[in-house]
Amino acid sequence: MWDSLALLGAAPILNVQLWLNGLSVGAIFALVAYGLALVWGVTSVKNLAQGDLVMMGGYLGYLLAEHGIHPLAALVPVAALMFAFGWVLYRLVIRRVIQLDLFTSLLATFGLAITIQQSLNLVFGPEVRTVQSGFGRLEMFGGMVDITEIRLIAFGLCIVLAAALVLFMKRSRIGQAIRATAQDARAARVLGVDTDRVYALAFSINAAICGAAGVLIATVWVIQPFYGIAYSVRAFVIVTAAGLGNLPGVILAALGLGVAEQYSGFVLGAQFQQATVVGLLLAILIWRQLALMRDRRVLQ
Amino acid sequence: MTRRSAVLHLALLAGGIAAPFVFPAHAVQFAVFWIMVLFALTWDTMGGQMGYNSLGNILFFGLGMYICALTQIGMVYDIAQYTAANGAIRVDFTDRQYFVGLALGVVLAALGALIAAALLSWVLFGLRGPYFAIGTLGAAIAAAELTNAWEYVGGGSGIAMPVFPGAPGMRERFFYAACMAGAAACYLFLRWLYGTRFGLAINAIRDDEDKAEALGLRTGRYKTVAWSISAFFLGIAGALFGNMTGFIEPLETAYPTLTFGIFMVAMALIGGKGTLWGPIIGATLFYTLREVTWTYLLGWQYIALGVLIIVNVVYFRQGVLGWLRERRPAWFA
Repeated sequence: MWDSLALLGAAPILNVQLWLNGLSVGAIFALVAYGLALVWGVTSVKNLAQGDLVMMGGYLGYLLAEHGIHPLAALVPVAALMFAFGWVLYRLVIRRVIQLDLFTSLLATFGLAITIQQSLNLVFGPEVRTVQSGFGRLEMFGGMVDITEIRLIAFGLCIVLAAALVLFMKRSRIGQAIRATAQDARAARVLGVDTDRVYALAFSINAAICGAAGVLIATVWVIQPFYGIAYSVRAFVIVTAAGLGNLPGVILAALGLGVAEQYSGFVLGAQFQQATVVGLLLAILIWRQLALMRDRRVLQ
Repeated sequence: MTRRSAVLHLALLAGGIAAPFVFPAHAVQFAVFWIMVLFALTWDTMGGQMGYNSLGNILFFGLGMYICALTQIGMVYDIAQYTAANGAIRVDFTDRQYFVGLALGVVLAALGALIAAALLSWVLFGLRGPYFAIGTLGAAIAAAELTNAWEYVGGGSGIAMPVFPGAPGMRERFFYAACMAGAAACYLFLRWLYGTRFGLAINAIRDDEDKAEALGLRTGRYKTVAWSISAFFLGIAGALFGNMTGFIEPLETAYPTLTFGIFMVAMALIGGKGTLWGPIIGATLFYTLREVTWTYLLGWQYIALGVLIIVNVVYFRQGVLGWLRERRPAWFA
């Protein structure tokens, strides 16, 4: 551990490498977290299957790549497939737990998470996979720092996707209906919004976002059936840290998490990566609690 | 205790004692059954009676398992050397060493888990509802990952447990008796506890925590004590299970969040949460179903588990006991 720190001190340029890697992954985390916040805000269901939807998207991209479709071209069909899958999930499961207490919905999505990850394991096997994008590497600072071009492309795509989503939410009729339902479902219903449809759309759009994020992750990193839970936890860390409905916060927290993970992987070793994410989750929950305690004292 | 319930308890006791003698080949499976009963009961103390749904109670199980193992080994040997050898070192325990170590290990495991619950409750009980569930899940995963990376306790390659000194066949019966005693003690204790003021208090917390607090209940203390009770019994279960398996490692045996950790919840929900007998019925149904079908499902078992949980919480929320109560209210008069 001290060796790695000393190495960072001796060659500060390595920091640039960690930041580049962290930011490019963090952008994808931001997409996943945005999807979670969307479903959370609109339906108040906390989707523990979020990361498994991401992995499923990644495997769909992998499957299409096996049939010679370039992963970037696969983004659209995968998102469409996941949208349909999200719709089915909503009809079968989510719809019935929206009105119930929050633990029921949490447990139902946990059941979904188990089902999806085990099905992926059965179909694709437990090996770690990646999708070849065929792009090269970019060297900077005389070869001290290098980054794969696909990471830059994925980063750009994340920005485009996020911008498109925000525009869709702000401008389109459907986006307005979704936002109205998130603010006050009852009032929206009174004013003629079909809230059931809005819930279904929110969940399906989230599944589509996860699908796209999964394909990107498969190209820049690796996918494995059981990595899903880590993405769920990451998304929770990000949304809890940023707060619901705080888009700049989500983006900042996601990029920060990406960078923090790179540093912990470099300094502590790769076996601590998952522990870091979960540790951050606990830290943020405790921090939230301390903030709440402060509020309570003010009330007293 | 009415006559009918006395007969029922005696019949269960007789059946429990007879089981390993009638089916000696399945003694270990029966022992695990009692562990499952204990799982469901302790989960329900929190989830059913108090309304705090923990997804990470398995943490105390694993903690107990490791504390017991380290006590047993540490009493006669150097732990670091033992774990570094990856099971190549076989220490021959004398009968006395083994049983004293085991007894001390179980006690320390129970106390260690209890203390851990008390400390963790300070951190986690400010969280309510789904945050609590996610926080406890996070704590369990973190514990598994940290143990996995900690070389001193064997890390991912685990620990080979001391060998039971008795004659062949004795080992299964011994641990069967210990597991059954643990589950029975847990049942009797909770049965008594739910009838006291404490039981009423944790039910009040489930129904409306803020009102309970406004009425002057020290909700924080009740929550801490309730979780510590769960942890105490889970620590014992972990210590016994580790010795019964003979080999422990963090991800699959000690902190199996996705198997035992989620079984607890599933069993309590299937039987009907918030009742004393619901978790026991749930554990019986779930475990029997699992043992009968598991090996025939050929890789589909976890998918079946996921589907079972979904179906359970979406379509059959009241559980077996709740369903019976709706259908046959007279039985519960």
